[in-house]
Amino acid sequence: MKITLHKPKKRVNRSMFGNISILIVLLLVAAFMLLPFIYSVVQAFKPMEEIFAYPPRFFVQNPTLENFSELWRISDSLWIPFSRYFFNTLFVTVVGIIASMALSTLAAFPLAKYDFPGNAAFSKLITMTLLFTGPVTALPQYIIVTKLGMFDTFWAVLLPTIGGPLNIFLIKNFLTQVPDSMLEAATLDGASKMKILTRICLPLVKPAMLTTLIFTFQAMWNSTGGNYIVSEDMKLLPTMMSQLSTGGIARTGVGAASSVLMILPSLIIFCLTQSKIVETMAYSGIKE
Amino acid sequence: MIVSSGTTWQKMKKNADCYLMVLPFALLFITFVVLPVIGAAFISLTDYNMLETPSFVGLDNYLRVFLEDNDFITAVRNTLVFAVVTGPLSYIACLIFAWLINELGRHARAVLTTIFYLPTMSASMYVIWTFIFSGDQYGFINSMLMSMRLVDEPVQWLTDANTVLPVIMLVQLWMSLGTSFLSFIAGLQNVDRTLYEAAAVDGVRNRWQELFYITLPSMGPQLLFGAVMQISASFSVSSICITLAGFPSTDNAALTIVTHIMDYGNMRMELGYASALSVVLFAFVLLVNNIVQKVIHKYAAT
Repeated sequence: MKITLHKPKKRVNRSMFGNISILIVLLLVAAFMLLPFIYSVVQAFKPMEEIFAYPPRFFVQNPTLENFSELWRISDSLWIPFSRYFFNTLFVTVVGIIASMALSTLAAFPLAKYDFPGNAAFSKLITMTLLFTGPVTALPQYIIVTKLGMFDTFWAVLLPTIGGPLNIFLIKNFLTQVPDSMLEAATLDGASKMKILTRICLPLVKPAMLTTLIFTFQAMWNSTGGNYIVSEDMKLLPTMMSQLSTGGIARTGVGAASSVLMILPSLIIFCLTQSKIVETMAYSGIKE
Repeated sequence: MIVSSGTTWQKMKKNADCYLMVLPFALLFITFVVLPVIGAAFISLTDYNMLETPSFVGLDNYLRVFLEDNDFITAVRNTLVFAVVTGPLSYIACLIFAWLINELGRHARAVLTTIFYLPTMSASMYVIWTFIFSGDQYGFINSMLMSMRLVDEPVQWLTDANTVLPVIMLVQLWMSLGTSFLSFIAGLQNVDRTLYEAAAVDGVRNRWQELFYITLPSMGPQLLFGAVMQISASFSVSSICITLAGFPSTDNAALTIVTHIMDYGNMRMELGYASALSVVLFAFVLLVNNIVQKVIHKYAAT
């Protein structure tokens, strides 16, 4: 049992014909995925008369930053500065990511690797809550949040996400792949469970950790605070953006500009974490 | 799983630190996720409109779901058609594309992963499809078809009961490379590379054989995760339907179980009935999930 760090050699069982046909299939699918996205980005750079031009054109004729400057002008005229909304969202995003990843990993490890009474039932509960859909839990959750005195605080946005089942379920599934023998050897050497988790397991499930980072970033960055945040100076960025762009048909371009701006940070975080996931390819997986 | 021996009490004492590690998450999870579900289950046994105190009605709401609600039948039919088509297709697409991308070089892989994931990156990205499939001649598809003289007048994509469900399926498929896709991408990194070299010696001759004999069986936990996410996503389709087809849609052609629940829960304020519908959906999804999990357990080590 060892973790080897050699670079993979040229892969076996690969044909040139196969590689090329795979690339063609992937490029076709990529075009299908990308075209609507490009269309929505292009809308943001169209002047008003082009957005409603007939026949509609895919590409912009006279690209303009009008929509962006209009967005800037409206957000500048608010009585709460734009930066306030931005920092509110930044705050819940950073705290949410750190707390969710820490608590989910801490709990996922014993659930994945140790046999203690209650484990099976609790694990089952996690899966079941992932499968319960429907907006009907919103009311009981609202009552609980209000009873705990968290209404109109960031706690109401943060705690339900941190206690959510998605991250723990993903990390737990990956942790089950860490060989028992590795943990038993470390236990014999006198390592505590915390040490085993942080020193041995976390490096091995790095791809899963980075994936939960993406999920949590998206959840928090796009969070509107639901019905919980009512004070104007506590509102989150997506709420403010949607308030700006729902000014009727005249704000269509502004809406497109705001969604382009809102997706940029997600795109950057995604690229950064994906390149880290790809980096782990240099290692040769988990083995006994 | 490291198995402990002894009585329940001895096991609990031996693993006391496990309980401490689970506790902080468990507190939040039970308070904000489990209790609301239990609360909804209780509400399903009552008549509750948010203004008056709920009155206990036993199983009346459930009887009404199965005996009186004709729209529920429509919703179930649409949801089933939708889930049976998009569920397996999305799952296979996630798997195949994650695997194919993994065959590429480092930079191509990062770029393609990003492109494939783009549609799910923002919660409202799919709204662009309302412009693409808009029913007037300003709709992108309509204007293309008309300029090519394939149709004389705009097709009512989103209000024609025959076309709206396929359009929603297309958009759902467009958005399907999300959570499960990323878990597969991450899971592929954990497969022991030396297994492939050993397999080549043992007579595995092409990448398809590698996929079925080595890659998939070593990805059990990811396959399970992806299945749960995909089942839950394909049975809970709702906001796409409302955005694209409006609510109510023509002849209820885009009515799904979850939009039906929203109708009663958020508009008619019949929370008892909406909760009963959610519990029925939950029971069904749980059943589907158990079957799928059994199949995956048989195939892969988990």
